[in-house]
Amino acid sequence: MSRSGPDAWPRFVDWSAVNPDRTVYLDHAATTPVSPRAVDALLAELRRGGNPSSLHGAGRAARRTVEESRESVAASLGARPSEVVFTAGGTEADNLAVKGLFWGRRTAHPERRRILVSAVEHHAVLDPAFWMAEHAGAEIVLLAVDGEGRLDVAALESELAAHADETALISVMWANNEIGTVQPLDAVVRAARPYGIPVHSDAVQAVAQLGVDFAASGLDAMTVSGHKLGAPMGVGALVATRGLPLTPVLHGGGQERSVRSGTVDAPAVRAFAVALAETVAAREATAVRLAGLRDDLVAGVRRLVPDAVLRGPEPSSDRLPANAHFTFPGCEGDSLLYLLDSAGVQVSTGSACQAGVPQPSHVLLAAGVPEDDARGALRFSLGATSVADDVARLLDVLPGVVDRARSAGLASAPARLGERNGERSAGPAHPAPSGAA
Amino acid sequence: MRVLAAMSGGVDSAVAAALAVEAGHDVVGVHMALSKNRDQFRTGSRGCCSIEDAGDARRAADVLGIPYYVWDLSDRFEETVVADFVAEYEAGRTPNPCVRCNEHIKFEALLDKATALGFDAVATGHYAQVVRRQVPDPAAPGGTRTVAELHRSPNDAKDQSYVLAVMGRDRLERSIFPLGGFASKDEVRAEAERRGLSVSAKPDSYDICFVADGDTQGFLRERLGSRPGEVVDTDGRVLGEHDGAYAYTVGQRKGLGIDRPADDGRPRYVLSVDTEANRVVIGAAELLSVDRIAGDQSVWLADDVLAAAAADPSRDGWFDAEVQVRAHGAPVAARVRAVAGDGGSRAGTEVELVDATLRGVAAGQSLVVYVGTRVIGQSTVVSAHRARLARAS
Repeated sequence: MSRSGPDAWPRFVDWSAVNPDRTVYLDHAATTPVSPRAVDALLAELRRGGNPSSLHGAGRAARRTVEESRESVAASLGARPSEVVFTAGGTEADNLAVKGLFWGRRTAHPERRRILVSAVEHHAVLDPAFWMAEHAGAEIVLLAVDGEGRLDVAALESELAAHADETALISVMWANNEIGTVQPLDAVVRAARPYGIPVHSDAVQAVAQLGVDFAASGLDAMTVSGHKLGAPMGVGALVATRGLPLTPVLHGGGQERSVRSGTVDAPAVRAFAVALAETVAAREATAVRLAGLRDDLVAGVRRLVPDAVLRGPEPSSDRLPANAHFTFPGCEGDSLLYLLDSAGVQVSTGSACQAGVPQPSHVLLAAGVPEDDARGALRFSLGATSVADDVARLLDVLPGVVDRARSAGLASAPARLGERNGERSAGPAHPAPSGAA
Repeated sequence: MRVLAAMSGGVDSAVAAALAVEAGHDVVGVHMALSKNRDQFRTGSRGCCSIEDAGDARRAADVLGIPYYVWDLSDRFEETVVADFVAEYEAGRTPNPCVRCNEHIKFEALLDKATALGFDAVATGHYAQVVRRQVPDPAAPGGTRTVAELHRSPNDAKDQSYVLAVMGRDRLERSIFPLGGFASKDEVRAEAERRGLSVSAKPDSYDICFVADGDTQGFLRERLGSRPGEVVDTDGRVLGEHDGAYAYTVGQRKGLGIDRPADDGRPRYVLSVDTEANRVVIGAAELLSVDRIAGDQSVWLADDVLAAAAADPSRDGWFDAEVQVRAHGAPVAARVRAVAGDGGSRAGTEVELVDATLRGVAAGQSLVVYVGTRVIGQSTVVSAHRARLARAS
């Protein structure tokens, strides 16, 4: 592909020239490559076989794999092995935390119907919470955030002061997956502790980038996902203190201290433990390196596209080191994504996709970003395999991409009914363009 | 060429995309998401708007090995097609939402965005033919330029030139219809099967995609509310009541809610719908027959035909043609001319049927003018009537 800068941006993106092996991957927050050592561990266990619940030799060997992995995962996260409940990923762990805690608490305290969640939670927390409101009598309290997506702790405190007796649980993510905001979890835990209300945190984005110590955090439950840190998809864990009243979501053979039935996926769990240990060991150095690349990316975008707006906190300890997120005025996210993709640069609009349709992000809307601006959002997320050349190649193509996306945004701007042949002769109810030409 | 293939998830657009790939174009598949309310379009999977359709389109793109994206055009769809549909019925007219969708969504929002993003053309699975012809270029004496003509598909049953005419010449030049030459749907299905496209056996879509259960009257009532009024005959006698004149269409026979038979025992039809007075007039079939039609908002695709008619003083702008007022209606011989309309010169269309009448021509309907297989223009019906005297000719 052309490296000679924005001036050389061709009229038509020529992706036949893009070597698929040289694409720039800036979407590590979606998923990040599986580490070679995790692949090796996975293959070794797949070849070995055995059901960890079986009582014979093969079963014992598989069980040993699972328990060693559990110990390793616990050590990596500052938890005790008995606190690690393996799941099929982050979404399942979030569902278990929200539903399991709600039901578990209600047994003893039927009056505790309130679920407090930040307005910027991942859908894996928000949707179970809303589902519980619809089907299990829960009441959802969406906790407000500031313009950078940071939880309003004072609002949480006053909510608790008024309704602590009716509150079942609090769930606030460790760091936001879209705009990278690190949440004031210490303050959340401090606020909840006097009332004895359990606090869950989705730490899926945090583990690879921030120091995550479950015991030190004071949390009661925490979600971790494998494929965000070099393990395969389909494995994760809910870390939960032993005394926590967790009603199972999956019932069956009673595996995982009866909280999560289902044959434990020993090969995946092993790969998860290996990738997690590797990630945590390298974390500090990786975070410093990626923060440097991210700072270059942010500075470059601001230099080349001066009206682009960084969403979330300025690069600092308040922001995930590998995350950058911008809105580009006048552009639609799907145009930007298509143009970058066809230039070999893979990024995300950062928001949940419904059937592949980027909806304006609930995170941006909660942070007060107007809906029109929210449509032009792009998230750039770095990971262990990111190098300086990735940022350079993004910055090479970005100005041309933004120009073109902006012209497409104008082309498909709101309806211009009647323009073709003047206004329709009788059209009282036609939505005429309001005011502006 | 860089070609954007609009992929609905149906068999036609999948094969059209395949043919564009095989013609050597750089093809990107795009599925248009037209509804924010996914559940509303979910049932029935009629072939363009549900989540299943988006998935089918994605799988077709996978099989073809082309990039695939979903573009959210639901706001535009609601603002133009759905709002127009409701407003037209509310004004007592009979809209064709597929025509409006082609006008505002496929060949405006999608095509213009595609052009701005660097595509040369949009390919769709419509059954119609674009013939590109060299004509003398008045701007360059001795030189020629290419003009695109829109023609009927050889597949009469499937021909969609009627709903495409509205796009206008400029956009026609940026459109390709790879299925234009196919004589039957079976051939298209066979092509899909040959390429391993799993949509090959998917049923055709017929209904209005955003009226999920096919109940147009119910859909309108939900949007417009109940507005009870009178059903009268041509003498003004009250024969019954209705829940809202907007839900009636000129030419409609069923669902009039009249329990008393006509004096002469013959079936009665809706003759006119006056939503201002909230009155529906019904009467005998022959009162529906018209041979004079006036249109507005005309879009002309054949300047040469209009120019020839205008150049001959004896013709006073009239030319011989055929007109069609329904998507699958039969064409009828007519004399046609372009006149000034509300939107300016040539925005109006006058039609005189030749030795024929049409029944149930409603304001709001799309009228398409053909000469042979060629589309000359399209107009929206404003009024229609029966000439009192046969034209002296």
